[in-house]
Amino acid sequence: MPAVEFRGVGFQVDGKTVLSQLSFVVEPGETLVLLGRSGSGKTTALKMTNGMLLPTSGEVLVDGRTTVEWDPIRLKRRIGYVIQEVGLFPHFTVAENVGLVPKLEQWSRPDIDRRVDELLSKVGLDPGEFRARYPRQLSGGQRQRVGVARALAADPALLLFDEPFGALDPVTRCELQQQFLALRRDFQKTSIFVTHDVREALRLGTRIALLASGRLEIIAPPDEFRRAQSEEACAFLAGLED
Amino acid sequence: MRSDLTDDILRLTGQHIELVAIAMALAILIGVPAGILLTRRAHLRQWLLGFASVMQTIPSLALFGFLIPLPFIGGIGPRTVIVALVLYALLPILRNTFVGIAAVDRAVCESAVAMGMTGGQLLRQVQLPLAAQTILAGIRVATVTTVGTATIAAAIGGGGLGVFIFRGVATVDSTQILAGAVPAALLALIADGGLGWVERRLSPA
Repeated sequence: MPAVEFRGVGFQVDGKTVLSQLSFVVEPGETLVLLGRSGSGKTTALKMTNGMLLPTSGEVLVDGRTTVEWDPIRLKRRIGYVIQEVGLFPHFTVAENVGLVPKLEQWSRPDIDRRVDELLSKVGLDPGEFRARYPRQLSGGQRQRVGVARALAADPALLLFDEPFGALDPVTRCELQQQFLALRRDFQKTSIFVTHDVREALRLGTRIALLASGRLEIIAPPDEFRRAQSEEACAFLAGLED
Repeated sequence: MRSDLTDDILRLTGQHIELVAIAMALAILIGVPAGILLTRRAHLRQWLLGFASVMQTIPSLALFGFLIPLPFIGGIGPRTVIVALVLYALLPILRNTFVGIAAVDRAVCESAVAMGMTGGQLLRQVQLPLAAQTILAGIRVATVTTVGTATIAAAIGGGGLGVFIFRGVATVDSTQILAGAVPAALLALIADGGLGWVERRLSPA
């Protein structure tokens, strides 16, 4: 059974079509990159996966059940979500931020503490040094690492990334991409990753889905994507040459 | 004579504090939930904020005049005073609650929803703590103005420090006026300082 399946998904808001006839599957363990320009509908597609948005036509299935059938809170808690602006709670410490979903799920205090330390180490932050800090005391890259740790906290089967590294400097971005690949080796999670950066897409994706004006142009593994001939794909690939 | 005046000052200051405390408690109980409601019901915004703004523009003596003939909430005495004070205090509390919650970073709220927080958890764990400082600033402004406005209460038999002021004005006795005005000013300063201190303590880390 695919981890996620989009079946003829359309989304209209205020009479404007954001997505139309979007169909694809995400197999367990793969990283599907949704690539596209701003306004291509990629973030909308991501938000449909955990039920933050519901399709106006077609259906989205997660583990074989449509997002309409899922209990909306349960669905969101079993899917990790990392957004570009990170969205860490400024009034929570790093440890409280990371332990948020386990706490909502009523894990015991020692279990939460153990999990938080384990994840901070995994994302390359020393727990002793960082647990008690507040988000404003962190650099952009460190914040994003905490965001990733938070998304992993309740051991979700599926992770969603919405341009998580978009606002970082190139060196930090590269480090975090390395970290992402390392985490993928360790945890074997299924991920959907939104980006407008074709290099990032080729580097991280096991398959790349190119969206243009709310439609799926191509979906292909990276090597096949490099040879794609469509106009939009060529526009993106041209960015690789300089 | 002197000690009589001291007794009067203490008694009327006590009455004054009671009027302000009851009015503020009611205004907070109404204003904060109403402000929260405004963040969730856009169509109510104009109505409620408009109503509260109009209340603020009515001169206080005129408002007492309007309230006196009304059944239940009107009449002569402290009850009418409290109703009027609540109506005045409502706007800053309502507006600051709404503005404070609306100003919470959209990305923070969105990630709270994406983490699977329920509406109540989002409100209690994220929106209210992050808006607390702004809400408290509204309560502080409302309290300070209420301390001043409450002096008018004496005009309709509501008691408080205004009793001295009205009496002093009627008899052209500045000692009486000062006996009302000085404690009222001190109360306002104490309320301002105290609530300002709490506000700073509440600053989100």
